Amino acid sequence: MDKREKDIEKLKDYKYGFSTDIENIRAPKGLNEDVIKFISNIKKEPKWMLDFRLKAFERFKQLKEPNWQKPKYPKIDYQDLYYYAAPKSMNDKPKSLDELDPKLLETYKKLGIPLQEQARLNGIAVDAVFDSVSVATTFKDELTKQGIIFCSMSEAIQKHPDLVKKYLGTVIPTTDHFFATLNSAVFTDGSFVYIPEGIKCPMELSTYFRINASETGQFERTLIIADKGSYVSYLEGCTAPMRDENQLHAANVELIALDDAEIKYSTVQNWYPGDENGKGGIYNFVTKRGLCKGKNSKISWTQVETGSAITWKYPSCILKGDNSIGEFYSIAITNNHQKADTGTKMIHLGKNTKSKIISKGISAGFSDMTYRGLVDINSKAKNSSNYTQCDSLLMGNKCGAHTVPYIKNKNFDSNIAHEATTSKISEEQLHYCQQRGLNPEEAVGLIVNGFCKEVLQQLPMEFAVEAQKLVGISLEGSVG
Amino acid sequence: MTEQIKTDFEKIVKTSAFSEKDVELKKMYLNKFLETGFPTRKLENWKFSDLSQIIKKNIGELSFYNDYSFPYKVDTSIFIEGLEHNKIVFINGRVEKVDFTHEDHDKIEINDDFKFVDRLEDNNSLLSLNNAFTNKCFKITVKKNYSLKKPLVVYHSTNNKISSRNINLKLEFQLEQNSSLRLIDLFNDGAENNFINIFYNFDLKENAILKNYKIDKVQNKNIRYSYNNIEQDNNSVSETFVLSSGSNFSKNEINCNLKGEYSSAFVNGIFSLNDGQHHEVRTTINHLVENTKSYQLIKSVLGKNSKSAYQGKIFVDSKAQKTDGYQLSKAILLDETSEFNAKPELEIYADDVKCSHGSASGSLDENSIFYLMSRGLNYQQSKELLINGFLLDVVEKITDTEIKNLVKNMIGLKE
Repeated sequence: MDKREKDIEKLKDYKYGFSTDIENIRAPKGLNEDVIKFISNIKKEPKWMLDFRLKAFERFKQLKEPNWQKPKYPKIDYQDLYYYAAPKSMNDKPKSLDELDPKLLETYKKLGIPLQEQARLNGIAVDAVFDSVSVATTFKDELTKQGIIFCSMSEAIQKHPDLVKKYLGTVIPTTDHFFATLNSAVFTDGSFVYIPEGIKCPMELSTYFRINASETGQFERTLIIADKGSYVSYLEGCTAPMRDENQLHAANVELIALDDAEIKYSTVQNWYPGDENGKGGIYNFVTKRGLCKGKNSKISWTQVETGSAITWKYPSCILKGDNSIGEFYSIAITNNHQKADTGTKMIHLGKNTKSKIISKGISAGFSDMTYRGLVDINSKAKNSSNYTQCDSLLMGNKCGAHTVPYIKNKNFDSNIAHEATTSKISEEQLHYCQQRGLNPEEAVGLIVNGFCKEVLQQLPMEFAVEAQKLVGISLEGSVG
Repeated sequence: MTEQIKTDFEKIVKTSAFSEKDVELKKMYLNKFLETGFPTRKLENWKFSDLSQIIKKNIGELSFYNDYSFPYKVDTSIFIEGLEHNKIVFINGRVEKVDFTHEDHDKIEINDDFKFVDRLEDNNSLLSLNNAFTNKCFKITVKKNYSLKKPLVVYHSTNNKISSRNINLKLEFQLEQNSSLRLIDLFNDGAENNFINIFYNFDLKENAILKNYKIDKVQNKNIRYSYNNIEQDNNSVSETFVLSSGSNFSKNEINCNLKGEYSSAFVNGIFSLNDGQHHEVRTTINHLVENTKSYQLIKSVLGKNSKSAYQGKIFVDSKAQKTDGYQLSKAILLDETSEFNAKPELEIYADDVKCSHGSASGSLDENSIFYLMSRGLNYQQSKELLINGFLLDVVEKITDTEIKNLVKNMIGLKE
């Protein structure tokens, strides 16, 4: 087999393994104030935004990279990364989809998101992020009619500075942990959603993320604000092309729910996990945090994590408003040499607050999976309750499954219940399925889907089907 | 602290008859301790209890020198009545009495010049402190096929003649094949505001059975740390019961290595706390080979201003298929100011295992109280009945009937 054939062979393994040649504008390599000013300048940001970034950077310089997590990774040289890369054709922004670089459109097609068709057929407004800059936003008109703002972060900074200024950094402040602070300093783009008072968003809002240029750390910033009595469901899904070098992804997602509002945030994450020998793959170090600011508000996180070499994230809820509700549903699947350290934090501050955590972890091959979670009930959070269930499924004895829950109860009126189990797929179940004509792989797929059902049910229809398939695909080759 | 500890150490070396080699070793441990000092909340294992701060707040400066030139009188009133038993009496950190009257003397070997080997892998600074300051380490060996007829009670007592603010003691037990030992640790303090640092090491050979009951019931203002390391061979069984209620601060650590097939470990505990008390249990059960079993049950009842923490870890090696591991921690919070923290952890590398944990905390169930009150009990009685029932569950796990009754009497629980 000559080299070309080999390369093609390699690409076959990963459905979304390709990259497009688009000339990139890049900030100079490295991380310093000039680079931050460069980013801010190229995005024509107002001064307060630059100050926000610089403040974060000041803080970042004093911080040490954390090292308590289970999956260890080789040291990242933060000076050896590009912090800004934009598709060149972005310089003169296209007015409509038709003006887009055909090459770009081609990439989306391969990803399975032909903008026009999908937008029209599925009734989903797509804010597709290619590298770090939003390219097109569809269905804007329909949303605008309702007063809903759904645009890229850079656009929001230009057009809705009041809202951004008021809420950006209120859930994840510039003084947060290492990666969150890094993001605050250098974030390039992301999505911004504002749902006005009393409005139920008529469609699922969705963003597809995609990392392209090699050696580019991608720093997304998402901010979702649900004003009083509003509702929004937001979908996020990701794929990334095949790379040998590890790529860092440190996004920040902030959710704010005011009185009686509800935000539902769903993620399907299928970034490149590295090859069978654990070479390459994305580092997914994301900070996701929701604030139930008003009374009777609700934030629900649903995630299906199948990709990335290392997943290290804890989508959290701060239940500040009285009677607020936080939910976390998670499926994490690791295969080959993938590592995941994921879970959630539920911080109960208000009275009568409730939270629910359902976590399903499946590890196969040589992978390692950790559920790490915190339930903290403050002394003022009277009559709060939490229910946690985390189950792990192990396939083979080369992988590991770990559960590290932290439980802090400072209120005698509150109840916390936690359960965790670890087991494997029983021979009986397999036998039963095979007897009825399924091959071992199908049988495992079926059983695992049953194991995950509680979480899959929480996903919006569009995602549920995709996610179910993904669960099966992720475990291919792990049986027998 | 550093100056004090050094001068005290010199003083101890001068007044004791340690060999030069011993002194060298002790110095090494002292330096090791000084490097890290007392553990703080920055260490994961001390996340819920910052010992350094607790000592500072409750005792202030520690001192380490104790005058052992004259013997202390053993106060016989502390002895358990109505239970025939063997005794080891510690007073202010020194063994004053060893009494195995009920046993066959050929079958028990007592060595008072045992060198404790530091085989704990993790850097435990309190072990270093213990190694540097322990006065003598006793090793008790129970010979093959011998079961002690009567339980052994270790009395940990202090009196007002104590001159230091820190006591370190250490015991080493070896249980040879088919032997068994029932061991009760009874804490009884006359002195206040001491930091007491206890290390036990148990080596269980094939088919050996160890039952260890740690009873800290008498109210006292001391800070106590106790570490049990248990090594287990094939078919051996260890049972540890902790009644944690007397000291101001107490932390029990139990580290259990299940190295032999079909070995099992049981850890049960009760916290019954009040008035500013803060107790913790931390367990680590390492399942290292196939077919091992562990079971843990910890229950807390937390009154005013009290705080309890449970950190339990089940580790399953990739070789340890067919492991059965279980841990459950429950807490009742009685007051607005009580606090319960837990970290029940599973670390599993084998697939054919059955491991689970559960944790629940909350207030007393109002419905149950209502039920009892509607049957004629008053509020206080209903509450007591419910709490007793809650705790009795753990006491019932004690497999030795004699000791079970003793414990029930001690805490005033009735069936």
